[in-house]
Amino acid sequence: MFQALVNPDRFMAFSRWAAPLLGVIALVLAAAGLVLDFQAPPDYQQGYTVHIMFIHVPAAFMSEFVYACLGVASFLSLVFRHALATAAARAAAPLGAGFTLLALITGSLWGRPTWGTWWVWDPRLTSVLVLFLFYIGYMALEAAVEDEAKAARAAAILALVGLINLPIVHYSVVWWNSLHQGSSLLRAGGPAMPAVYLAPLLLMVFAYMAGFGALWLVRIRGEVWRRRAAVLAMRAVA
Amino acid sequence: MSGLALIFRRELALSWAGGGGPFLALGFYIAMASLLPLALGADPARMASVAPGFAWLVLALASLLSLERMFERDFEDGALDLIALGPAPLEMTALAKGLAQWIAIAAPLALLAPLIVTALGAPMRLAPIVVICGLVGGLSFCFLGGVGAALSLGSRRGGVLIALIVLPLFTPPVIFGAGAIEAFGVGLDWRTPLLLLSAYSLAAVALCPFAMAAAARNAIS
Repeated sequence: MFQALVNPDRFMAFSRWAAPLLGVIALVLAAAGLVLDFQAPPDYQQGYTVHIMFIHVPAAFMSEFVYACLGVASFLSLVFRHALATAAARAAAPLGAGFTLLALITGSLWGRPTWGTWWVWDPRLTSVLVLFLFYIGYMALEAAVEDEAKAARAAAILALVGLINLPIVHYSVVWWNSLHQGSSLLRAGGPAMPAVYLAPLLLMVFAYMAGFGALWLVRIRGEVWRRRAAVLAMRAVA
Repeated sequence: MSGLALIFRRELALSWAGGGGPFLALGFYIAMASLLPLALGADPARMASVAPGFAWLVLALASLLSLERMFERDFEDGALDLIALGPAPLEMTALAKGLAQWIAIAAPLALLAPLIVTALGAPMRLAPIVVICGLVGGLSFCFLGGVGAALSLGSRRGGVLIALIVLPLFTPPVIFGAGAIEAFGVGLDWRTPLLLLSAYSLAAVALCPFAMAAAARNAIS
């Protein structure tokens, strides 16, 4: 399937129906997930704030998943110099930054009632914040270099440097945390999640993934159209 | 190899030419340190508790200052094109540039750091570990910074852009360096964070020249 999509025309034909289809799937899954979510009983400790989890956890998962997509697309763009891979990398970055920001904001809103504070310098929170900065750096670099092809390659190199660094950042922050504070407000390993929560959570994760797929395809299509328009404009001038 | 030595000597000479070598970074370091008591209040106990971490963080920031000159000048006057055409691979040139940056900027900063830490009220006995962390971590700062400098070639917003790209990459060395200094201060195991810092720096020295060369090639293509 991937081989076939390398051809931009075939990609455009495929994404034309795949993008709306994924969007509909995302809406259906999200609706089902939210219905199940609101039928679930309030948590015995967290009360109704547990509902934030169904928005927050998928966003946090997507923030890393999208960076992996960005890394793979950047690698393909650097090695094979394929225009679609370049467009895919460029299109993924703002979406990833959006998911990361959503995870940070909903996490903060969730932290206030449950932990009693908007923000803790906990390893997970800190590394998600650094991930957000990676996205910002990527987008800033891509926007700042004037030559578009050069900007794309420079940004791809940065994405790969970031891909190597993200695990190191994560483990260094975990190590830092174990040095600085022994007790954490967040105790992992509470009771395993009951099915009433797990089912809507999984539905929401799949909804987010489908939604990301739809938006990503739309943005790549936009990128392809933009380039075609630029080529037409150049021809008209020449 | 002699070509590499030539480039290395050229870079060292250039870092002193028209800009005063490390004095810009050193001046920034001293100025930032003198602002700390103004912001926090001059209570010695309070300053002493934050001095090592603050001095380490500002050292990282000060090493950002002269990154812009690492590639930009050669890029603008065309020297980078000539170097790329020459027999030495661009990766070697990037390595030489990183090492020259380390000797010209990071080493003076590392030597100044114990003075700053002590002046801010931390105990004198921290001095050796601060110098060692400054020298070892300086390798990371110079080589990661070099990647940022090479990537931002051809943009019109060099300095701030480099900082934005590079600072998230500084997370591990900042953590390990501060951890080593703090552990040394309270008598805990400081070797582990220092070894982690060394490992990160060595990996940066090994890998960053490839990223720098790829970025430089992209800019001059």
